[in-house]
Amino acid sequence: MVTVKINGVEHKIEAEADMPLLWAIRDLVGLTGTKFGCGMAQCGACTVYIDGSPTRSCQTLIGDIEGAEVTTVEGLKGKVAETVQAVWADLDVPQCGYCQSGQIMSATDLLANNPKPTDADIDAAMSGNLCRCATYHRIRAGIHEAAKRLEA
Amino acid sequence: MIPKLMQSITLPVARAQASRRQFLLGALAAGTGIAVGYRVLSASPALAGEAETESGSHAFSPYLTIGGDGKVTVLSSQFEMGQGSYNGIATLVAEELDADWSTIDVIGAAGNIKAYGNIAFGGAMQGTGGSTSMSTSWERYRKAGAAARAMLIAAAAAEWGVDATEIAVENGVLSHPSGKSGGFGVFAAKAATMPVPAEVKLKEPGDWKLIGNAELKRFDSARKANGTEQYTIDVKLPGMLTAVMIHPPLFGAKAKSFDASAARAIKGVVDVVETPRGIAVVGEHMWAAIKGREAVTVEWDETGAEKRGTPELMSTYRDLSGKTPAAFARKDGDADAAFTSAAKVIEATFEFPYLAHAALEPLNAVARRNDDGTIEIWGGHQLPDVYQNLASEIAGVPVEKVRLNVMKTGGSFGRRAVFDGDVVVEAVHVAKALGFRAPVKVQWTREDDTRAGRYRPAYVHRLKAGIDEAGKLVAWSDHIVGQSIMAKTAWDGMVQNGVDPTSVEGANNLPYAIENQTVGLTTTDVSVPVLWWRSVGSTHTAFAAEAFLDEVAEAAGRDPLEFRLSMLEPASRHATVLKLAAEKAEWQKPLPEGRFRGVAVAESFGSVVAQVAEVSVDGDGIKVERVVAAVDCGLAINPDQVRAQVEGGIGFGLSAILGEEITLTDGKVDQGNFDMYTPLRIDAMPKVEVHIVASANPPSGIGEPGVPPIGPAVANAAFKALGKRIRVMPFAKSLNA
Repeated sequence: MVTVKINGVEHKIEAEADMPLLWAIRDLVGLTGTKFGCGMAQCGACTVYIDGSPTRSCQTLIGDIEGAEVTTVEGLKGKVAETVQAVWADLDVPQCGYCQSGQIMSATDLLANNPKPTDADIDAAMSGNLCRCATYHRIRAGIHEAAKRLEA
Repeated sequence: MIPKLMQSITLPVARAQASRRQFLLGALAAGTGIAVGYRVLSASPALAGEAETESGSHAFSPYLTIGGDGKVTVLSSQFEMGQGSYNGIATLVAEELDADWSTIDVIGAAGNIKAYGNIAFGGAMQGTGGSTSMSTSWERYRKAGAAARAMLIAAAAAEWGVDATEIAVENGVLSHPSGKSGGFGVFAAKAATMPVPAEVKLKEPGDWKLIGNAELKRFDSARKANGTEQYTIDVKLPGMLTAVMIHPPLFGAKAKSFDASAARAIKGVVDVVETPRGIAVVGEHMWAAIKGREAVTVEWDETGAEKRGTPELMSTYRDLSGKTPAAFARKDGDADAAFTSAAKVIEATFEFPYLAHAALEPLNAVARRNDDGTIEIWGGHQLPDVYQNLASEIAGVPVEKVRLNVMKTGGSFGRRAVFDGDVVVEAVHVAKALGFRAPVKVQWTREDDTRAGRYRPAYVHRLKAGIDEAGKLVAWSDHIVGQSIMAKTAWDGMVQNGVDPTSVEGANNLPYAIENQTVGLTTTDVSVPVLWWRSVGSTHTAFAAEAFLDEVAEAAGRDPLEFRLSMLEPASRHATVLKLAAEKAEWQKPLPEGRFRGVAVAESFGSVVAQVAEVSVDGDGIKVERVVAAVDCGLAINPDQVRAQVEGGIGFGLSAILGEEITLTDGKVDQGNFDMYTPLRIDAMPKVEVHIVASANPPSGIGEPGVPPIGPAVANAAFKALGKRIRVMPFAKSLNA
């Protein structure tokens, strides 16, 4: 039994300690916004925040995070996140959308720490998030646009 | 992703109409909605599309419903994998309906070939591929919208006691000069009882508000930005189990025996069952299934399995490419004589590896037997009729007892349009092996998805060109060697005179005026499963032709752009997009120090795309800095989505040539996850500009046509930058050669 807070709600998770957080979130807690793409921290689709830091939930074992605060895309709040999400819709960034929860988590974290990222900053911060539809052009534009709106 | 020429296909299947009708009615009755589309189309065969005329029965062809709340739900014949088909179809309906765009939703529909058969495939089967979603929907869904609009007006006219011609419709609201007005929801119920118009008049282009509107936003972007979009992986049913498969390690191997005793002892493992496609480990959840799988030992029978590796296969292909082709897809003039008399002859060989689709949502499907005996399947049903029939055979129920729920998918790129049903079939097999005691989701891992086959086939092209004294291209031959996608499948009839059209498309329809040319094909017999991969034949044919054409231009001492244009009619679509891309990229203007450019043009799925790529030298290789694309896809229904598809297509095509390759060692796939199979990441994505040629022609493809030109455009730029010809994919293989 592991106790974690997910999106502000305490969950007592009955699972073997080696279960990746990803599957606990999806299959036990029932939140499906966090996606499975690779299972080895290669694609970023499963990105969540653990105690505020972006983390690949597929490589985080539930037994290692007793007492942690987990934020998934469903629990993402605040001005930066909401701006990013609004821009994503305004610029029609997503295509299939499957990777976008992870992209949003990473983009929000980037802007929270770097309000005016350059293209190079964006490439560095976002290169762990694969988008097979290759919406990268609009992801870059979206981050710049969100930075602009947040500055205003 | 499926070729256009499908009229000759007859699937050995029975057709299911009744059950689907009942299912949809049931689904609709459960909500507050009124199935306007049902009434419209059941009583109006003319609206049901071309396939209708062959049947005297009333078609059940639901294209849209309107709820009591005014919400318009479009039932899409075309499946959504990210390419924006749902959005395009919704645009067509909403335009003619004068609906409020913010109330539009779209769901996938299946099980009624008369209504949903793909007109571009001849109407006899439903399917998404060949970039045909807009062309098949263009008339059909506008008519459905217009018919529903007329019925809403009739309902309002009756209610208000006014003449129908006096009623205006705008943004989901009906109104009359007397001041009366009401939303769609108010009249939906009554509208469903109105007579169906025998004919509908569609809007004139000048009256369009949504079609061609570059400001229109996708209806589904917000839900994809907040994690609420639902895919097959998100399906959760009461009591549902999750299974992972153990596929054979070699293509063609079969399980001889297996020992699951250790697996069964693992907490959460429910069962381990055998299916014709491998062993399934069934768990209470995904992690239990994955852990259980690690504990299963299987003894395989590898008799008859494919044991050749990539080095052996490519060596064979290279040898074959130097021999006489087994078949010809084009023969113009007398190429042999023209080569003999040419002032200069050049030759080159191009090599293309197997490629995985690597959609980010690994393949999956959910199957359940309902209490009424029906089999219900959730999945990315890109070829619904095929899957419905396969499921019917496996489950031993009549085809009309199989219900499909068409889910949106995290990519596909052709991967979910398969002859044998793949994971859909696995889900039914596993559910059956469990005695249908619980719903089951079969979920592939990334490694399963990479290793279980269905690749873009590997090919070798040998090209030869003859130039005369004046530098004119007088002879051309292209010999293609590789596997057929359609041979020995339900599509075998498409292979004519030894030529699978998907092997040669993009090679046998070059637009250039070359008097003497041949396109030869030698189809190889290899047991590695292959499939259409976004832009299909043009993934390799366009590369070989357009990269080699630059070699010819160089040999002739001519500018690559001028050389191409000299062989095209000035007003042709190819010349138009070439000139537009060149103009926007400022082809005539010298580039800054360290920048180099290349151009290519390709036609696929009825659309023509030219791209100018700008590269810089980056270490031993190149970095693609900027791509300027010009596209003629007929009328652009959603111009911003046309741009999005070309942007994404450029990234997808670049991904393949820069970093993707499936290789085999002694028949076994070497790659498993994204550490070994490496799609493009954001740091390698160029800046992209897309320019759309204004056109009044009916819409042609856009999901795929952005892919083919990028490889050769970059290869041509890379030659300028590095002085090396890129002939072996992925790029690094050419640079290290």
